[in-house]
Amino acid sequence: MSKAILRVRNVTKSYGVGESAVTVLRDIDFSVAEGTSLAIVGPSGSGKTTLLGLCAGLDQSTSGDILLNDIALNGLHEDKLAAVRNAYVGFIFQNFQLLPTLTALENVMVPLELRGVRNNKKTALELLEKVGLGHRSSHYPSQLSGGEQQRVALARAFANRPKILFADEPTGNLDAETGELVEQLLFDLNRSAGTTLILVTHDLELANKTDRVLSLKGGVMV
Amino acid sequence: MNWQWIFLMAWRDSRRSRSRLFLYVTSIVLGISAFVAMDTFKTNLNSDIDAQAAGLLGADLELSSRTAPQKETRNFIDSIAKHSSAMAKEERFVSMLRFAKSGESRLIQVRGLSAGYPFYGDVQSEPQHVLNALSDRSQIVLDNELMLQFQAEIGDSVQLGNQTFHIAGKLMKMAGRTGFASSMAPSAFLSLEAMQATGLKQAGSRVDYFYYFKLPSSFPIADFAQHHEERLERYQLSSATVASTKANTGRSFADVTRFMQLVGFAALLLGAIGISSSVHVYVQEKMMTVATLRCLGASAKKTFAVFFVQFAVIGTFAGTIGAVLGSLLQYLLPTLLQEFVPVNLSAAISWAAIVQGIVLGLGIAILFAALPLTSIRKVSPLNTLRVARDTAPLLKDPLRLAIIALIVLCLTLFARLQLEDWKQTIFFVIGIALTFGALYGTARGLMFMVSRFFPQQWPYVWRQGLANLFRPQNQTTVVILATGFGTALIATLSFVQEMLLKRVELGNAQGQANVVLFDIQPAQREALKSLMLNEKMPVMEEVPIVTLQILRINGHDLPAVIADSTLGYSARAFRGEIRATYRDSLADSETLVGGEWVGQVQPKDTAQVSLEEGYAERIGVKVGDTLLLNVQGLPIPAQVSSLRRVDWNRFQTNFRMVLAKGSLERAPQFFVLMTKAPDEAASANLQRKVVREFPNVSVIDLHSLIATLGEILNQIGAVIRFIGSFSILTGIVVLFASLMISKYQRLNEYVLLRTIGASKRQIGQILLAEYLFLGFFSAITGLGIAIAATNTLAIYVFEATFIPSAVVVTGFLLAVVVVCVVIGVFNSLSSLNKPTLEILREN
Repeated sequence: MSKAILRVRNVTKSYGVGESAVTVLRDIDFSVAEGTSLAIVGPSGSGKTTLLGLCAGLDQSTSGDILLNDIALNGLHEDKLAAVRNAYVGFIFQNFQLLPTLTALENVMVPLELRGVRNNKKTALELLEKVGLGHRSSHYPSQLSGGEQQRVALARAFANRPKILFADEPTGNLDAETGELVEQLLFDLNRSAGTTLILVTHDLELANKTDRVLSLKGGVMV
Repeated sequence: MNWQWIFLMAWRDSRRSRSRLFLYVTSIVLGISAFVAMDTFKTNLNSDIDAQAAGLLGADLELSSRTAPQKETRNFIDSIAKHSSAMAKEERFVSMLRFAKSGESRLIQVRGLSAGYPFYGDVQSEPQHVLNALSDRSQIVLDNELMLQFQAEIGDSVQLGNQTFHIAGKLMKMAGRTGFASSMAPSAFLSLEAMQATGLKQAGSRVDYFYYFKLPSSFPIADFAQHHEERLERYQLSSATVASTKANTGRSFADVTRFMQLVGFAALLLGAIGISSSVHVYVQEKMMTVATLRCLGASAKKTFAVFFVQFAVIGTFAGTIGAVLGSLLQYLLPTLLQEFVPVNLSAAISWAAIVQGIVLGLGIAILFAALPLTSIRKVSPLNTLRVARDTAPLLKDPLRLAIIALIVLCLTLFARLQLEDWKQTIFFVIGIALTFGALYGTARGLMFMVSRFFPQQWPYVWRQGLANLFRPQNQTTVVILATGFGTALIATLSFVQEMLLKRVELGNAQGQANVVLFDIQPAQREALKSLMLNEKMPVMEEVPIVTLQILRINGHDLPAVIADSTLGYSARAFRGEIRATYRDSLADSETLVGGEWVGQVQPKDTAQVSLEEGYAERIGVKVGDTLLLNVQGLPIPAQVSSLRRVDWNRFQTNFRMVLAKGSLERAPQFFVLMTKAPDEAASANLQRKVVREFPNVSVIDLHSLIATLGEILNQIGAVIRFIGSFSILTGIVVLFASLMISKYQRLNEYVLLRTIGASKRQIGQILLAEYLFLGFFSAITGLGIAIAATNTLAIYVFEATFIPSAVVVTGFLLAVVVVCVVIGVFNSLSSLNKPTLEILREN
């Protein structure tokens, strides 16, 4: 069996303290093997996005351990977490989250630039070509459609050759046809890069395309 | 840190918001330009004073005395004259000059000159070298301002005392004289011999004597005052050299330039607050960009640096624009200020000022942008998934506290550079802090009160407008700060001007005398009184004046006082003549503050003297001390029986020394008569008759005094307003910038309102309500600060009371509200003219 790229051990996440404390995730425990895909599903408020944020090192759990590529994320300084994200993680967001003041090409170049990679323009252009947007590299996000923006986000997510890709409702803001195109691209790129994919979705059809489905309800695994 | 990437990202990120960044820049450009212009002006003025120093005095050495020099003094003056290559004399006093053609007359300064003066400096006259014409005793030269005022022409006749003169020419410029001084106290120049012939110089006349020397370079002029200190004291002479005149002139104008720089500084501060507020909004908008960058692996320091670099660059840009603008502006200043300055002003670029301006722009931008930018460090990457703003309270973030401390420190040090000492600096910093504190407090208080006592029953548009004052991302604080500060500044200037004019006018209105006649000889007294009564003007005051000198204080004469400084008397007590009077009671303007008032003494008793408290303190004399007075050559022993506090502000005769009745009746004396003229025409008519029939008698009337004061205040006011306009314009720019920023924030909301059916009229009304409230509260606070500041000045500087005119206050209030509403409403409405869908797409 391949190595676990992500290990989540008895993770609990609460907000607030004392009597006003609200626990949004309780005793979550799972592992994801390298190169596989996992969908986190559940109704609104079940803690899907919170779990994604914790796994990606965007937030700290209240208790339990999270190991990403054998690096314990708990207690790690925010700047160290940023370095881990830059080295191993890629992101796809429901709202695309492209930098509005950067062109499509520049958006794709940012993760590489942050890593100090030289001649990154060629790599970024190739990725844009792969998502079918080579001809729109100089356009700003506001000049692109929703589907195009998400394709740029896909190219950016793969730019630093991440070991693991986190996708939060990647097709949630797209119409069915565009959503399908983006899904296709996501899985294709994932397969060809051998990246581990963890996605949060309401869409069971999309979830079923992954290797494994993790269901949450009221903050616990069901 | 990867600075290349940081600069690259800063540049990329700025691309789509450069017009907005430019708007932030303009907030400090005006302040910097004001500062650079004033700094350049100061540098140029100092070099002008250096270059034209000899021309300021017109000689290498000037000695002056308020009394006719005695034999010993004359010998001393002659001894210096022996070393000189040239020497000139001058005598000055004030008298009435009558223009024969129009019959009008004016109080002027009469300057009797011997040939040769000035030895240095420009004399601009028409015709050229007109002072040479004064060797003809029938000729007189007048200040150009005097010629203009009375529309006189060269060749016209004027009467001065008993003599009629022909105007030989007009003087435009002469050593050490400013155009302003010439127009406020104009002079007539004639030869010393011609001056004698006027008959105006009589016993009791107040004449100043000047001696000018042109000295060879071997003469030890540098330490003249120090070397001859004892003799100068003994002979009651004042000395001025080129170096001392230069230092004095520099000092006087240092105050003016300092004031201007402080106004520039206030503008800069206002702009800085504008920047800080704009950056705050800018950062709010950049939250998601920051969160995304953090998600992609950028560290907190790196993301902070990206935005920090942007503001450092635009600060440098603002500094450069401000420096260029300021350097251009200073070319205007000589035109504006030449009237007030005794040297020919030049305008030249000051590279030091330019560099300072650029550094200032960079420093201000960095310091004031850093405070809101610190919140970037705290932006969580989790914001990319869901908005989780988690900013530390202002006072709990050590970096923020450090930046605030640095801002206060830098501002204090910068203020110290502009001001004379730490005391002034601390007062200035506290004053500024109180002003901004009051405005900030009003803004916060307003937001609290409106949200706490929100009028739920008001119509929708008013409720919505009112709610805009306290909703998240409101612009209440910055608009009230910018508008309130501008209002406070301009209203204070206006109130001070109003107070000064009103105080003089008050004297005119309250049935007090408004015309004063002085230098009246005893023989002329009755005839003048009849003349006044014929003109139906009552004699309201008749005051005898005796000129005297102090010879001894408690038995000590001047040499003894100079020799023994432990005595505590000032040598100034013996200097010059004192104009005293005698009477049996205190005047309305006087209050007894020490000793006992003695109103009457018998002819053989010791004369009893009452001194003005400030004067007594200055010369070191107390109640009970004895004085030996020289009254026109007759020594009279006297005792100080009381001290008085005098209200010098009243238009009436006031004296430093008053003797009891019975002390001085037999001494040579002259009189002052005071009357009330019903109007200006009656006053002018009386003046004409007095000057024609009694040419030695001088007349001052309150009407012309008010007119002169009004003119002085207008001229100075124009300069202050010009300088102050930088603060006001900055306030408008900051206001405009903050409204532009709030426009971006509000646009979506207004579009949404329009989408669900709100009419453009309703949105206009919401905007109107919001800016009406903002304008009203800004104006009220600004006016409150102005009234408090004017009252402080009234109490501590002008010793007066100040009640603002309701008309002026209402005028200010309306003007500020209108400006605020017009800028606010039209700024926002212009965007709403576009179709809703277009705006939705743009956003």
